[in-house]
Amino acid sequence: MHEPHTAEHAHPQLGFWRKYVFSTDHKIIGIQYMITAMAMAVVGGTLSMLMRYQLAWPSLLSPTMAKIMPDAFAGGVMKPEFYVSLVTMHGTIMVFFLFTAVLTGGFGNFLIPLQVGARDMAFPFLNALSYWVFLLSCIVIFSALFVEGGAPLGGWTAYAPLNAIPAAGPGQGTGMTLWITAIALFSVSGLMGGLNYITTILTLRTKGMSMMRLPLTQWSLLVTSILGLLAFPVLLAAGILLLFDRVGGTSFFVPAGIIMNQVPLMDHSGGHPLLWQHLFWFFGHPEVYIVILPAMGMASDILSTFCRKPIFSYRMMVYSMVAIAALSFIVWGHHMFVSGMNPFLGSVFTLTTLLIAVPSAIKTFNWIGTVWGARIRFTVPALFAIAFVSLFVSGGISGIFLGTSAADIQLQDTYFVVAHFHLVMAIAPLFAAFGGVYYWFPKIFGRSMNMTLGKIHFWVSFIGVYSVFFPMHILGIGGQMRRIYDPTQYDFLKPQQPLNEFITVAAFILGAAQLIFLFNFYWSIFLGKRMTERNPWHATTLEWTVPSPPGHGNFGDELPTVHRWPFDYSVPGEKEDFIPQTVPATVVAH
Amino acid sequence: MPVISEEKRNRRIVPPPPVLPGGDGGDGGAGDFGGSFPISKGQLGLWILLTAIIMLFAGLSSAYIVLRGLPTWQNIALPSLLWPNTAVLVLSSLTIELSKGAVRKNQLQAMKAWLALSGVLGLIFIAGQLAAWRQLVHAGVYLPSTLQSSFFYVLTGLHGLHLLGGIAGLGFVLFKAMRNRLTVFNHEPLKLCATYWRYPGGRRRRCTN
Repeated sequence: MHEPHTAEHAHPQLGFWRKYVFSTDHKIIGIQYMITAMAMAVVGGTLSMLMRYQLAWPSLLSPTMAKIMPDAFAGGVMKPEFYVSLVTMHGTIMVFFLFTAVLTGGFGNFLIPLQVGARDMAFPFLNALSYWVFLLSCIVIFSALFVEGGAPLGGWTAYAPLNAIPAAGPGQGTGMTLWITAIALFSVSGLMGGLNYITTILTLRTKGMSMMRLPLTQWSLLVTSILGLLAFPVLLAAGILLLFDRVGGTSFFVPAGIIMNQVPLMDHSGGHPLLWQHLFWFFGHPEVYIVILPAMGMASDILSTFCRKPIFSYRMMVYSMVAIAALSFIVWGHHMFVSGMNPFLGSVFTLTTLLIAVPSAIKTFNWIGTVWGARIRFTVPALFAIAFVSLFVSGGISGIFLGTSAADIQLQDTYFVVAHFHLVMAIAPLFAAFGGVYYWFPKIFGRSMNMTLGKIHFWVSFIGVYSVFFPMHILGIGGQMRRIYDPTQYDFLKPQQPLNEFITVAAFILGAAQLIFLFNFYWSIFLGKRMTERNPWHATTLEWTVPSPPGHGNFGDELPTVHRWPFDYSVPGEKEDFIPQTVPATVVAH
Repeated sequence: MPVISEEKRNRRIVPPPPVLPGGDGGDGGAGDFGGSFPISKGQLGLWILLTAIIMLFAGLSSAYIVLRGLPTWQNIALPSLLWPNTAVLVLSSLTIELSKGAVRKNQLQAMKAWLALSGVLGLIFIAGQLAAWRQLVHAGVYLPSTLQSSFFYVLTGLHGLHLLGGIAGLGFVLFKAMRNRLTVFNHEPLKLCATYWRYPGGRRRRCTN
């Protein structure tokens, strides 16, 4: 499997701008998504560090911060409205502009044509347009930090009526309008990407690549794209109505009789604030799975590769993904148990929510079944994939508490919720994404990342995330509110303050560990060890049969023919412990 | 390290798909070779786009249904132009179908004429829609007046944008037709355009009633 590092497909030379900037090549677009999302992660991560600083030492004077951000740290202490804007922007940036973007935009773009055996996406121009609209949405949301009044205050869920009324707070004017604009642009970009993903996976598979021979990464991206196709337009619809409430004077989400800052709002009447919650969460819960499903698919493929075993029960992995996706559309009410909804309806949403535990447990069981008895190669991607399973289980179990309406009434809007959703829909996908970066980096850039730094990054991060997020369960059960600005304001929370300080120190260490990753990533692009073989991990899927990085058109003069599923590891009687998908069945000795 | 039985392993190794007569098709689609997926990538892409649009209007319609049940809901008198407008839109759906029928019979001049007429009808509809808005404004019903008026302006506005997209697509197809790029054997752009065009006609009533 040692091939020279050459591009095997001749193409006319493109200039720098056409090749690397205004490219319609799915691989370049994938890299653009990844790098943009990483930049957004730096912004979102920095905001979280400021939040943690405030929560640990809320009344500590900080002359330095007062010099850097005089408006936000007037007198040396962070203003409450600035803290809430940090909460909003951190959540928004991380959910949309990091996780959704890097997993579907980054990995989806790079991997789909390569793994299904196509030369590019079905609609390359639309694909490029998707990225540029995404970049525009990033610029718009980023600019919300710098406009007059600052960033919006309403959280990433933008509940009405506060977010429908510009007078509701300092960031609710221009900042909130920019938020809605950015999310609308992001939705349009996501739809253009999803249209491409579904069409490419369904119609451009190469010969022999039946649906049941697709790597699980591809299944996850297909299911995710369908979810996005059905969920994002509803968010767009809600955003349009919210925008009209703000700038057109309509009252879709604003009821009569609202008094804002001691001023009665005479212009609005008749709307329904809970309608926003219904529309938002009809999108919002599938969005959780839009983030986690690609992570599940990637982690499954990586686990199988490094366990040198087929994934345990491939078909059930596929069916459970489809089941999770279908169920995700009928659980949104569990975000609204305390909104005053009919308790009977709450029971229905409890039931549907707990049903999701079944396909999720199937997947977890299958991951354990894959790892069970395997001679695991503990490479960096393998470590991240195993940690993904651990984090998914840790975060998922607390979801069972929160999905039960009786328990949720107590735990709603506490740090228990913060712990739950960070572990299950932020940190677990983040670890799968890290695993994916370390795994596919040699294919993407033709060089390898430094694995010693990778292991340091992994262990500090793994211990770090549990140190940060596990104690938050305790804070939440103790009653610490989700968006609290200063926990020391309340006597009953004061005994928990050392835990807040511990979490903040752990968060700073965790944040520093990500600098190791960033250094390793960018250093390795230019100076990493050059790959001399196409398939360094001895994997089976199609992308490993082409040069690293793959040339334009991916597969040379002829597209590959697929003869087997992607999990032929440790086949009895075979000389090597893997058989690429392109190897005909006839060569297998029996 | 044997991890599963040889018998099971053998079952998983599926032999290469048979080559279908006259093509490279096979198990699971043949990618650039033509593919065994039942519809073209253009058709699939269009249906995905239409699904997204359906979900957008489903979101708006569900909001409409919820708010209509509130005691604060106030009905407005809808503009009288709506029915003739709807008739124009239905007529345009008919003419675009006639255009499709004409190209199938290799009547290329008729195809162009029906296509052009569809575009003109589409523009008449947009103009009629603007006139309906003017009727409402003259009656003192504005965007924020009542929940129903808000929905009327927002839904018909979005519907108009959707139709403008259709008119742009139709213009592109007409351009191809004028350059004789559409034939009895190759007129997929017209088929796609007709599918897109049929769709708003079917959804018209929900937007306005």
